[in-house]
Amino acid sequence: MSNRHSRLNTQDNELDRFRFRVTIAAGAVVLAFAILIGRFVYLQIFQHDYYTTRAEDNRISLIPIAPNRGIIVDRNGTVMARNYSAFTLEITPSKIDDLEATIERVGQLIEILPKDKRRFRKLLDESKSFESLPIRTRLSDEEVARFAVNRYLFPGVEVKARLFRQYPLGTMASHVLGYINRINKADLAAIEEKEQGANYKGTDHIGKTGLEQKYEFQLHGEAGYEEVEIDAGGRAVRSLARTAPVSGNDLTLTLDTRLQEITEKAFGDRRGALVAIEPSTGGILALVSTPTFDPNLFVDGIRTEDWDQLNNSPDRPMVNRALNGAYPPGSTFKPFMALAALELGKRTPGQSIFDPGFFVFGGHTFRDDKKGGHGHVDMYHSIVHSCDTYYYMLANDMGIDNIARFMGQLGLGSRTGVDIEGESEGVLPSQEWKKRRFRRPEQQKWFAGETISIGIGQGYNAYTPIQLAQAMAAIANNGVMYRPHLVKYITDSKTGEKTMIEPEPLRTLPWKPQNIEIIKKAMIGVNKEGTGARAFAGAEYVSGGKTGTAQVFSLKGGDYRASRLRQELRDHALFIAFAPAEQPKIALAVLVENGGFGAQSAAPIARMVLDYYLLGKRPKGPAKDDDAPEEEE
Amino acid sequence: MFQQLLHRSWVRLVEHLDGPLLLITCLLMAAGLITVYSATYDSNNRALGQVLNLSVGLAAMWAVAQLPPQKLMRFAVPLYILGIVLLILVFLIGVKVNGARRWLPLGFTRIQPSEILKIAMPLMLAWYFHKYEATLKMRHYVVAGLLLLVPFGLIAKQPDLGTAILVGAAGFYVIFFAGLPWKVIIGMIVAGASAAPFVWTMLHGYQRKRILTLIDPSTDPLGAGYHIIQSTIAIGSGGAFGKGWLEGTQTHLEFIPERHTDFIFAVFSEEHGLLGNSILVVLYLMLIARGLMITANASTLFARVLGGSITLSFFTYAIVNMGMVSGILPVVGVPLPFMSYGGTALVTLFIGLGILMSIQSHRMLVKQ
Repeated sequence: MSNRHSRLNTQDNELDRFRFRVTIAAGAVVLAFAILIGRFVYLQIFQHDYYTTRAEDNRISLIPIAPNRGIIVDRNGTVMARNYSAFTLEITPSKIDDLEATIERVGQLIEILPKDKRRFRKLLDESKSFESLPIRTRLSDEEVARFAVNRYLFPGVEVKARLFRQYPLGTMASHVLGYINRINKADLAAIEEKEQGANYKGTDHIGKTGLEQKYEFQLHGEAGYEEVEIDAGGRAVRSLARTAPVSGNDLTLTLDTRLQEITEKAFGDRRGALVAIEPSTGGILALVSTPTFDPNLFVDGIRTEDWDQLNNSPDRPMVNRALNGAYPPGSTFKPFMALAALELGKRTPGQSIFDPGFFVFGGHTFRDDKKGGHGHVDMYHSIVHSCDTYYYMLANDMGIDNIARFMGQLGLGSRTGVDIEGESEGVLPSQEWKKRRFRRPEQQKWFAGETISIGIGQGYNAYTPIQLAQAMAAIANNGVMYRPHLVKYITDSKTGEKTMIEPEPLRTLPWKPQNIEIIKKAMIGVNKEGTGARAFAGAEYVSGGKTGTAQVFSLKGGDYRASRLRQELRDHALFIAFAPAEQPKIALAVLVENGGFGAQSAAPIARMVLDYYLLGKRPKGPAKDDDAPEEEE
Repeated sequence: MFQQLLHRSWVRLVEHLDGPLLLITCLLMAAGLITVYSATYDSNNRALGQVLNLSVGLAAMWAVAQLPPQKLMRFAVPLYILGIVLLILVFLIGVKVNGARRWLPLGFTRIQPSEILKIAMPLMLAWYFHKYEATLKMRHYVVAGLLLLVPFGLIAKQPDLGTAILVGAAGFYVIFFAGLPWKVIIGMIVAGASAAPFVWTMLHGYQRKRILTLIDPSTDPLGAGYHIIQSTIAIGSGGAFGKGWLEGTQTHLEFIPERHTDFIFAVFSEEHGLLGNSILVVLYLMLIARGLMITANASTLFARVLGGSITLSFFTYAIVNMGMVSGILPVVGVPLPFMSYGGTALVTLFIGLGILMSIQSHRMLVKQ
């Protein structure tokens, strides 16, 4: 009984203990759930906004829509750069497991050449993630249809309509236009620096040279965005909203493509440059550098063969000689020297010197081109007949620093600020320049003898054709100098508003009008009775000019010189001109590399340009060399 | 006559079922079904499959509820031994899936023996304590501990941390309710805390990573932290009232992983908000409260400790699952009871429910 009782007792104790433990457990459960509820309150009430944003960020992706690039037209509205829509076959590598196999399979449907594959591979290395990359461009309608039917077989491969840049004039004015090419890492850094990163998200191409580069941010436009809902795999599920892109602004140039065409043809297959400027505005009418190249080759990414050909050609078609070739001006320097002499009071117009055919300085004999000399020569005749001795003496009388100061005002030896990047400075020699240029003290000293040949545009002198054209324009415009520019106005794509690139007078040179008149008259004399007379025989307008011959100055590179030694030894021919004399509408500088005498090859080109620009005369073929110049320079 | 037959079979059908438990479970199942539907309707709809799973589960529950506890007791030792043998077989010849050896191939299908232990473990220990009820000594607790550690170790070794925790917890609850002295419990807590660094070195790399990313999920946003970050975003963006059924963006854009199974709570929470969560927590609380009530009124030690363990197991499932999805517990493979899509695991839960109902409906019979 007692045993039984104690057992019951034990049982009761055990039950009590058990129920106590159940209570403890229940308490623990309630506590745990309370903590959980606390966590929910924290997440869903206090952190709700934060997590809503996170969810939206997860869900919504902005797909950039690249804007249409602005077009470029010349002063008459002739289209020089435009866009056209074409179908491309694009692959999104991130959506594809076996890229090789997919390309192989697609290749059975649509022709994919090895060069396409090479280009694709190159793009793949440079691309951002999730980008779709073109494997084939410019699909025919038939190819598009053939792919569309089999589309379901190729997830991650799509046909897309894309805008392509096109330069309808081909090789014409390519140094002016430049070209666009795919954005590389360096471009990306530049874009980031300009804080344009977001605007360029959907853009594949960027201007690399010429106007395409200089006006990149005008031409590009503003990217649009499509808000799409994406799933965890990054696939777009549906479109939520769309902000249309704003097309880039259009450029209207001061350039006249017809004049440009005539000029380029006038050069034939000769290497050289021509810059023609409207003196009263600084607007560039023609800017030629031959040979040219076809900018269309670059648009889809240039093929290696084409690139090698352009870069290895001894004619260096990629070099813009008008801006980057620095040449001694030769005798085209003389009118500037003469004006300097008048302004500085070193000569009067009537003052004559006697030219025995040479000038001796410091034991060295500087020869005149004309054997036996010109005899008595005043300023007018020194220019008309290009007398060297006159300028040897003049240079000696003026001194190098006076020359440098005057020529510096004319813009020689400094960048003109034309709206194309990468212009060269050239060399305006002076004592100070020599100190900067050379390291060793014995080289840094300027010798008075060095000044002598500076007077006839040789020696250290080296100027770009655009600098010469600008200087010519300054004289033609009576000392009012404008910054040469190619863009006349920019048309806002949204408002249609035209922003003129105001003719910007750089400076007005304080020259005496009668001094300018003397120089102009002498230059008119050149074309009437002097070294330019043969080239300008029978011209129906009055023009001023000056021939020049520059001792050879190689652009760069030794192999070039070796391979074409004979021609390379020939001098460069130059010619500067303005017309009509009364109210100049055009001023220009021509350079023909290894063209011999200026009168021989450069002046006839200038004649063609002026004939066309002033009279509308179309030449029959390239300018012919004048084989028997009446007078040597 | 016919009416009488109908009435009699109805009585026969429901006589061992527990109304409150069944009602709460039905509400949970309904919540689970609409959530499974929402999580899967736009790709591979699992709602119908879940209805089938639930039916099988309910049938199993009904069947188990018919068995009086003393009959259940007979299964304890054989089931436990079967479970252990199968676990050893898994260890020897199991199929490796995703780096874990959890499955045993049976030719036509494969089974997960660790699932058996979820029931066999508390059953075995309850039987053991019942057997030595009057003479419980310290050594009995030690033996019980060993009985627990063997399957726990085998499962943890697979590795299947989630199931190991569930089995271990179920066994521990039995020992706790059987009267494990407090000083031992406190001693174990102290020992556990001091052994933590040692355990750390024994954990698998992925387990360690899970614990580390729990502390700061943002350290690995695309790797181990991704699940927690995305489910936390889902819960947080749900707000007070949720985005509405079928409207959860995290769910439907597939940012939530395992969204119809282990992470189903994130889906529910995103679409129904704090209000839905609170209702859900209250339902679980009621389920547990009813379970503990049944347990407290049970007539034998066996029934008490078994019922207590099963009830607290439901709690373990719920707290571990919701805790991990909301980012306060590490990610382990534990389903949300009666809501997550599943087959075997769901049936196991219903068997537990059946045992509770059996304990409730047979308490008088035992006394008689």
